[in-house]
Amino acid sequence: MDDEPGIRSGIIRILRNFSVSYPFMEEDFNFEIIEAETGEQAIEIINSQQIDIILLDNQLPGINGIEVLEYIRKIQYDALVMMITSYASLDLAVKATNIGAYNFVPKPFTPQELKSAVENITKHLYLKRMTRKMNKEGKQIRFQFLSVLSHELKSPINAIEGYLKIMQDKQVGEKIEDYAVMIDRSIERLKGMRTLIMDLLDLTRLESGKKMRSIEKVDLFEIAKMAMDSMEPLAIQKQVKLYLDGEENTILLSDKDEMEIIFNNLISNAVKYNKDEGKVFVSLRKESKSTKIIVEDTGIGMTKEDMEKLFQEFVRIRNSKTKNVTGSGLGLSIAKKMVELNGGTIEVESTPDVGSKFIVSLPNN
Amino acid sequence: MQKDGLKTILVVDDDQDYLNQMKIQIEQFGFNVITADGQNEGVALIEKQRPDLAIIDLMMENMDSGFILGHKIKQKYPDLPVIIATAVTAETGLLFGIESEEDKNWIKADLYLEKGLRPDQLHREINKLLKI
Repeated sequence: MDDEPGIRSGIIRILRNFSVSYPFMEEDFNFEIIEAETGEQAIEIINSQQIDIILLDNQLPGINGIEVLEYIRKIQYDALVMMITSYASLDLAVKATNIGAYNFVPKPFTPQELKSAVENITKHLYLKRMTRKMNKEGKQIRFQFLSVLSHELKSPINAIEGYLKIMQDKQVGEKIEDYAVMIDRSIERLKGMRTLIMDLLDLTRLESGKKMRSIEKVDLFEIAKMAMDSMEPLAIQKQVKLYLDGEENTILLSDKDEMEIIFNNLISNAVKYNKDEGKVFVSLRKESKSTKIIVEDTGIGMTKEDMEKLFQEFVRIRNSKTKNVTGSGLGLSIAKKMVELNGGTIEVESTPDVGSKFIVSLPNN
Repeated sequence: MQKDGLKTILVVDDDQDYLNQMKIQIEQFGFNVITADGQNEGVALIEKQRPDLAIIDLMMENMDSGFILGHKIKQKYPDLPVIIATAVTAETGLLFGIESEEDKNWIKADLYLEKGLRPDQLHREINKLLKI
């Protein structure tokens, strides 16, 4: 917006074929230029279409640039404003900036000066919009998580309540023995809720960064042994054998709890999803740049489809083979976060009915 | 329809206990009940047999399992009444309705019910859809 036609045509000429590129952007930005001769015209145009960048001259008959700026701020219009003015006084600069102008180009300006200022303002606008979009997406992801969470918590509560109501009305018999299965199921569901709540606490502590990390020399071999020992009861029940292949004193600088969580989750899954009389192989390998933790099982395995959503929160692979497997669905997502917290990666390979292999790679330090 | 003259209701849900309880409840209404554990089992079951009405949960293996399964059922048996049951609304405040033509076009269900409906209300809705 400028009352001098010469200035307007000059700006159009300079910016007509100008494009702004930014490493993060996929495409370059080009410009479509709309002219306004007066403040009133500018406001009319602003009201009738989406303008992204406004070049505003202050010295105008009628409404001046500052008043247009005030209007833009009042209606909270989503555009950035650059003031172009021949009266580049400090007072004006301060006033305009306070009302929300992004930057200044004093007349007379060279084409390069204009281009630089426009490039600057374009990049800022892009970042501003990207940040807003990401915040919105962040909120959407949170909302989705909470929805699934409340579903996961409500389900066992509804199930137990349902069984209790049936018992209250004595719907399937007069003796308490008639309700043995329902009572067992209710206790199972309660155990599930407890696991879920504890995993959630782990997850929230992780997300909020409140979990105090204490980095020290951790012997991964010891941790592997401890995790395998704690899985003994379940392994014995299923007659699954666990094997450890590694060297004592495989040291990594890290947080002991985090390493325990990784091993516990992977080994527990390897046993839970195994076949009866199956095997679990845990190996530790210190390579030149990284330390590898591999947990392999002879279990039910999974399909490509399953593997794609495996590390997402609350995802548990469910099919005819997993009928009796319990879990919160948070184990692997927590384990993955722990791995990433230590700068590492986690991958999975699997063949249905043959088994799965989880490979964690942690950088040496 | 079964040989014993009773209509058959299919209930699909990934919660085993909900399935047990629905079976007890709906059998007491005087129907045969067959159940499927999740979207995939539901799809397999309707390939082998045609129930008289289906009650399916919304969120199972997928967030929209209920919609997907409802769609498949309607493709195979366009006249089979489908009820989508869920606890979603109560928690999230998200509202799915099957009132408008637009909703009916993509939701492919005849009724949307919230879980935890009183037994007599559920019985009434089932009878309405089965026109008995």
